[in-house]
Amino acid sequence: MTKPEAIHAASARPNTDLPQLYRTMRRIRTFEERVGELFVRGQSAGSMLHLSIGEESAAAGFCAHMQDGDTFTTHHRGHGIFLARGADPNRMMAEIGGKEAGYCRGKGGSMHIADMGLGHLGANAIVGGGIPAIIGAGLAARHHGTGKISVAFFGDGATGQGILYESMNMAALWRLPCVFVCINNQYGMGTRIDQATANAVLHERAHAFGLAAETVDGLDVEAVAEAAERLVAGAREGRPAFLVVDCYRFYGHARKDKSPYRDATEEETGRRKDPVAFARAALLERGLADAAELDALDAQIDAEMDATIDFTIAQTEPPLSTMFRDVYAPEEPEPEPVRTRIDRILARA
Amino acid sequence: MALQELTYRDALRQALIDSMRENPDVIIMGEEVGRYGGAYAVTKELIKEFGAERVIDTPISEPAIIGAAVGAAMAGLRPVAELMYVDFIGMTMDQLGNQAAKIRYMFGGQIGVPMVLRTQGGTGRSAGAQHSQSLEAYVMHTPGLRLAMPATVSDAYHLLRMALTKPDPVVFIEHKALYTMKETVDLDAEPLAWGKSAVRREGKDLVIVTYSRQLHYVMEAAKKLSTDGIEATVIDLRTLNPLDFDTIREHVERAGRAMVVSESVMTAGVAAELSARITEECFDYLEDPVVRVAGEDIPISVSTALETGSVPGPQLILETARKLLGARVAA
Ligand SMILES: Cc1ncc(C[n+]2csc(CCOP(=O)(O)OP(=O)(O)O)c2C)c(N)n1
Ligand SMILES: [Mg+2]
Repeated sequence: MTKPEAIHAASARPNTDLPQLYRTMRRIRTFEERVGELFVRGQSAGSMLHLSIGEESAAAGFCAHMQDGDTFTTHHRGHGIFLARGADPNRMMAEIGGKEAGYCRGKGGSMHIADMGLGHLGANAIVGGGIPAIIGAGLAARHHGTGKISVAFFGDGATGQGILYESMNMAALWRLPCVFVCINNQYGMGTRIDQATANAVLHERAHAFGLAAETVDGLDVEAVAEAAERLVAGAREGRPAFLVVDCYRFYGHARKDKSPYRDATEEETGRRKDPVAFARAALLERGLADAAELDALDAQIDAEMDATIDFTIAQTEPPLSTMFRDVYAPEEPEPEPVRTRIDRILARA
Repeated sequence: MALQELTYRDALRQALIDSMRENPDVIIMGEEVGRYGGAYAVTKELIKEFGAERVIDTPISEPAIIGAAVGAAMAGLRPVAELMYVDFIGMTMDQLGNQAAKIRYMFGGQIGVPMVLRTQGGTGRSAGAQHSQSLEAYVMHTPGLRLAMPATVSDAYHLLRMALTKPDPVVFIEHKALYTMKETVDLDAEPLAWGKSAVRREGKDLVIVTYSRQLHYVMEAAKKLSTDGIEATVIDLRTLNPLDFDTIREHVERAGRAMVVSESVMTAGVAAELSARITEECFDYLEDPVVRVAGEDIPISVSTALETGSVPGPQLILETARKLLGARVAA
């Protein structure tokens, strides 16, 4: 684990844009807090809301080295990644509220948010479910000679899924422009990583397939960004990679989980691994910003994210008539409603 | 023994406890079943009494969980493998459909696979397209698998207890919207046999065949129909395999009209099978076509309006029954 003092000492890091990274992380943190508020106000669609508080560095740091046209998939805790790739927080919040103005017209929700325009091939409620798609997207990128990469973001829990290893093997075998980003927040629901994982040094698994692989401390967003820069550059040239970002899940698994399986001391220590606070301190210490500037930025972000709630509450649920839309392509007939079928049968009866 | 008030969740938990006390070979394995106590708290604190050797927390590795249960069952244990959501059954379908279901047959009857796959399904929590499905047809479509879907607290207890004595693999699907439902039950009262459906209500005009949560919607609709002067017989299947068709036949022959109600999608679903079978076997007695009230042929949305709209509710059941009977009975 990197010692905080060591990072502060290494002050000049010309390749990272810390103010920008801080801003991205702070926006993610605040957005997630507002998601929690949406739930408390009874305005979210359901309670299966997985917040990425404590993991902001993985999203901000890695996405800093992605380009327009790169594609990605995420797990169920993917709000931050999508924001870091340029999502509109209003449309995200509306989707989380199950509203028609959301990214997926209220059909997907928090766990199934996607936007093809931003290369987001989809968040997934199946642990590991989004991983193999990057193999196909990598094949397509190479086939079309786009120079783009495809990235799978997933949690430590997904290392239990065989499909991850099948995908890593294909990526290595076919030298695909793919990166696997494992956000290790130490828990899969109530299970701590060592309780479910033999050899929790996760990147060693990727070495077995010949992938470039490393683990980085998620406390330090610049370290994540630097690792991303290296690995992404390689991936663009056909050297697929695997990055583990070590962090701590600050709160429960989903919005309602109070984490009774963790003791207070552990949580307190865990929450000290706060990439947002750490970046803020580094900005001040290196004189990259003063407190007043950061306060002003924070206030601006708070206002932006407050507005997502008002926006969402003002939106309408999708009309029932949209229920049959998008099962198949728009030029295809929609499935026939049960009621219509019943009425036809009974009209004859 | 005494009557007690229990939830569906408590009853399931009690069934596991009683089975584990009775048979030391019963083990539970699955994600979050031990320390966490189960995603829906059915295995809450079981690890305290039975220990981590019998209540096993697994990695998130569904195919291997089900496959390990197959091997454990063949080697003399009585595993209960928990699949957190029935939506993940596709990931395990090889172990379930090609292994568990076929081992007795392929190996010429040498050995069975006495395991229980416990899971839950259905809508009701805005859990979205990958956590809200009713996939019982996958199971019913696979010869070799038994299928139980309790609708009541008492059946939650008894069917799970019985499932843990059966010689073949049982898929046991709970409904996520029923866990907090309460009933006053006497767990010591003699239960209806495994494989027998329950006639929850008798009426001369119409037979409604259903199971799982839809039973409650059907009962609600039947009560309203009664005030219209329409009396429905309601059959709760309890187990879909074995299927108690004799009870259905007997009642349909008497009433001459049948409706089938299921939350799973209409096309090629459980309701399709039941409706075909009633039509074939009771053809000469039917006054009207058998009508299916089932889930729409679409995925489930996270939006609550669309979610509720995708599956049958009391209103659709009621309206359909009224239309079916309307002209003839109410008049
Ligand atoms: C295939 C599958 N199995 C189980 C679940 C239930 N589940 C949802 S999230 C989760 C834990 C995932 O942990 P991890 O991958 O580390 O992601 P985190 O929640 O920590 O971000 C589990 C078991 C699921 N959604 N999909
Ligand atoms: Mg995790």
